[in-house]
Amino acid sequence: MAILTERDRTAVTEELGKLAGPVKLVVFGQQLGPGSEYSVETERLVREVAECSDRVSVEVYNLHIDREKAAGYGIDRAPAIVVEGARDYGIRFFGIPAGYEFTNLIDGMQVAASGEPKLSPETLERVRGLTERVHIQVFTTPT
Amino acid sequence: MRLAHHLAVASDLIRGDCVEATEFPELAQRYSVMAVPKTVVNDSVSFEGALPEPQFVDNVLRAVKKNGGAS
Repeated sequence: MAILTERDRTAVTEELGKLAGPVKLVVFGQQLGPGSEYSVETERLVREVAECSDRVSVEVYNLHIDREKAAGYGIDRAPAIVVEGARDYGIRFFGIPAGYEFTNLIDGMQVAASGEPKLSPETLERVRGLTERVHIQVFTTPT
Repeated sequence: MRLAHHLAVASDLIRGDCVEATEFPELAQRYSVMAVPKTVVNDSVSFEGALPEPQFVDNVLRAVKKNGGAS
């Protein structure tokens, strides 16, 4: 059974119609062990989203087998989704992006596709001065 | 969450992770996630709730200063 309803699909197709460029969704999952069902669901969801736009491609890896690939993206747990545009900007989702986070997945795809963040000029100026790495983790729950 | 991802696109030095807390209980426990959204920056600064952009950025930059980096 599909995760996205017909109505979801229509809305996603419309939103992804605005993509300014190609997007690649790189999924890291695990087939065994606790939480593996989340990986199965995540991969299904990502594939259903990708079906809504010709500009979206999907790559699926196994966290424990494709270790080099996972390390390259800095992924150490699954399920994980890397949202890449012209390059890897550092957009990550850990866990199924359901509920409100689904909206953020679509938004993440749009900003990765355009490479143009919707932030104030002040913010852009402030982060331009960064000289070291910043890792932001936002914890959410499905709503 | 939206801000973290837009900031990631704005700077090559920023990575923005959206973590589903119930699927990663160990991680949620490590960072004492009691309410969501909870944001953790470089393991050194954390705050709860959705902050407006200027305050969100304040916290992000505070984490860097705390680590001894330049502003």
